[in-house]
Amino acid sequence: MEKLLTVSPSPHTKCGRTTQGIMLDVIIALVPALIASIIYFGLRALLVSVVAVVSCVLFEFLSRKVMKRENTISDLSAVVTGLLLAFNLPSTLPIWMVVLGSLVAIVVVKQLFGGIGQNFVNPAIAARIVLMSSFAAKMTNWVVPNTISTDAQTTATPLKLLAEGKTDELPSLFQLFIGERAGCLGETCAIAIIIGAIYLFVRRVITPLIPLCFIGTVAVFTFIAGDFDVNFMLYHLLSGGLLLGAVFMATDYTTSPMTTWGKVIFAIGCGLITSLIRLFGSLPEGVSFSILFMNILVPHIEKLTKPKSFGEGGAKNG
Amino acid sequence: MGIFNSRGVKPAHRKHTDNQKAVRLENVASVTIPMRQHIGAPCTPTVKVGDVVAVGQVIGDTEAFMSAPIHASVSGTVSKIAEIRLANGEKVSAVTIKSDGEMRLYEGVEKPQYNSVEEFLKCVRSSGLVGLGGAGFPTHVKLKVPQGKVDTLVINAAECEPYITTDNRECIDNTADVIDGVELVCKVLDIKSAVIGVEDNKPQAINALRTEISNRKSNIVVKALKSKYPQGAEKVLIHSATGRVVPMGGLPMDAGCIVMNVASVAFLARYMRTGKPLVTRTVTVDGSAIANPNNFRVPIGAFMQDVVNAAGGFVKEPKKIILGGPMMGNSVSSLDYVITKTNNALLAFDEKDAKPKKETACIRCGRCVSVCPMKLMPASLEKYQRCGDAEGLENGAVLNCIECGCCSFTCPAGRQLVQSIRLGKTIVRTAQAERKKKEEAKG
Repeated sequence: MEKLLTVSPSPHTKCGRTTQGIMLDVIIALVPALIASIIYFGLRALLVSVVAVVSCVLFEFLSRKVMKRENTISDLSAVVTGLLLAFNLPSTLPIWMVVLGSLVAIVVVKQLFGGIGQNFVNPAIAARIVLMSSFAAKMTNWVVPNTISTDAQTTATPLKLLAEGKTDELPSLFQLFIGERAGCLGETCAIAIIIGAIYLFVRRVITPLIPLCFIGTVAVFTFIAGDFDVNFMLYHLLSGGLLLGAVFMATDYTTSPMTTWGKVIFAIGCGLITSLIRLFGSLPEGVSFSILFMNILVPHIEKLTKPKSFGEGGAKNG
Repeated sequence: MGIFNSRGVKPAHRKHTDNQKAVRLENVASVTIPMRQHIGAPCTPTVKVGDVVAVGQVIGDTEAFMSAPIHASVSGTVSKIAEIRLANGEKVSAVTIKSDGEMRLYEGVEKPQYNSVEEFLKCVRSSGLVGLGGAGFPTHVKLKVPQGKVDTLVINAAECEPYITTDNRECIDNTADVIDGVELVCKVLDIKSAVIGVEDNKPQAINALRTEISNRKSNIVVKALKSKYPQGAEKVLIHSATGRVVPMGGLPMDAGCIVMNVASVAFLARYMRTGKPLVTRTVTVDGSAIANPNNFRVPIGAFMQDVVNAAGGFVKEPKKIILGGPMMGNSVSSLDYVITKTNNALLAFDEKDAKPKKETACIRCGRCVSVCPMKLMPASLEKYQRCGDAEGLENGAVLNCIECGCCSFTCPAGRQLVQSIRLGKTIVRTAQAERKKKEEAKG
């Protein structure tokens, strides 16, 4: 044999899953929510989504080019960031602000820290918070869903109504479930997000651990704080960005702990901060901030919850 | 938190040779037998060029305890004694025997006699037996345990590596030998119970063993284990078969167990009956480039080329050839290597199967953490290794890694995790040695 064979250390076989495949699964899981947003907020929702995705991919491409690094747009992570950013914006937001959000998410939060896997906070959430603090009015300019016939052009989100005690103006729980309410693009339709979540569980992209602990904590907290009123609790669970955040944002691999108990602590922390902000803070919504805070704690949580290696506790007789 | 974690991985089984009884491969022109095929001291050749030898004759031995003698696997003339390279990269001297084609058995081969545990262990040593599952730990060393320390014999027939079916065939074709061997070891070493662990993807093997056991009214337990790699890794097997945990840095003995490969116990039973030492072993020949995948009973020291020829040669150009399984075997640069006591498989992969996965950035998905059977954090260990952080590696219990490769297998980013961890172990060992030196200097 003249040609030498390939020699490499074991293992010589790898599973078929790739980063690109995982991101594609996340994109597929986001499609139901995207369709819902177009139904409720019209083509403007589609426009915001397309602009966010295209600008995220473009910024990713350009920053890799400028930094003279291998281009990574084919891993599709920028598409996911773009979609999630769009889902966290109101459909009325001026297009240039959407582009600015993409710039913050991709260039500042992701690429300046080294690209995929290196950002210490969730890019889409960081971008949403930057936009929120810069353009508070534009970021809370909510329109009435297309499916409701009314003369009003703008409205308030259910959480805002809850906070102000205007319970008679609240949409019904069923409306919340199908997404017929004011809010950011992708956060309104609970059923669409749940379908996406089930897809991600089945495809084993994420485990239900973080979403369940996050939502569960908010449920317990609001149930107790609302004097054991189930309705009050359900309104909190189905309003705001809780479902979207718990399923798609808090489960972001890079910015959540790798350890099992770390995931539990992280998710409970998210739930607690969300509830505290919603019930006692001056803002009506706290999902983004809670995830951002917990993102920053991830290295410490991971250190605290490092699993004990097999046999580290000495011999055990079964 | 078992429900959220799934330790181990599930590579495709690819047990194509499940139903192939091992075919004897005898007509080899020559064999080259390495003087070290085990963990421990190498043997020194006890023959010289020109000597006539017969099957089962000792051709290499040593005074060292941690070793096992080497025997001629064909009859013929010693034609060369020179250094060769083994699949794991080691260089070792080897005896080449030109076969006379007769496979004449050495006249000194006779049924071993023993009256005490010591004599029994001496016989085990003379058989040349080392762990046939792949580790190559000398069996007589393994069986030398302080009295009363071990109460369970665990037999490893899990065979969790893809492709390989030699242990499966051992259970089906030599069922009586397996059970004989287990009973023998238990009796001599005064071990109370025995468990044979078999993955549940081998129902035929499980049935064969259970039938034999019930016919004999023996109290050996056959435990069907979940088919999941690395079920056959020593510490994992002990845990699945007995529920016991081997302490970190400890031996199976510390959990009251001895673990033996199923082919090893079956061989031991045959040896104690006939006295014929370890001169052949079963090898699964498979992979996408092999024409007729099959199991072969191969003389130790046979060239890979002869074994490949026996399986009908290549149907496609091989790009990667592996001695051992795809998860933990060694890949070799050419067919100029020989089969040793520890080679349970020869796999030849075509271009598609040999293609490496592209390595991209870690996305911290945590899959490596959730699959690690030793509960380590491979992604973190890889980072520590990259920056040479001995302390981080040590705190991460890097030395507890069994190098099963689950982390690398499962990584969607194609990171070389177990490969980095192996290098990380060296960093820690170097640091520990330096620390020791310093302490000694201080007095």
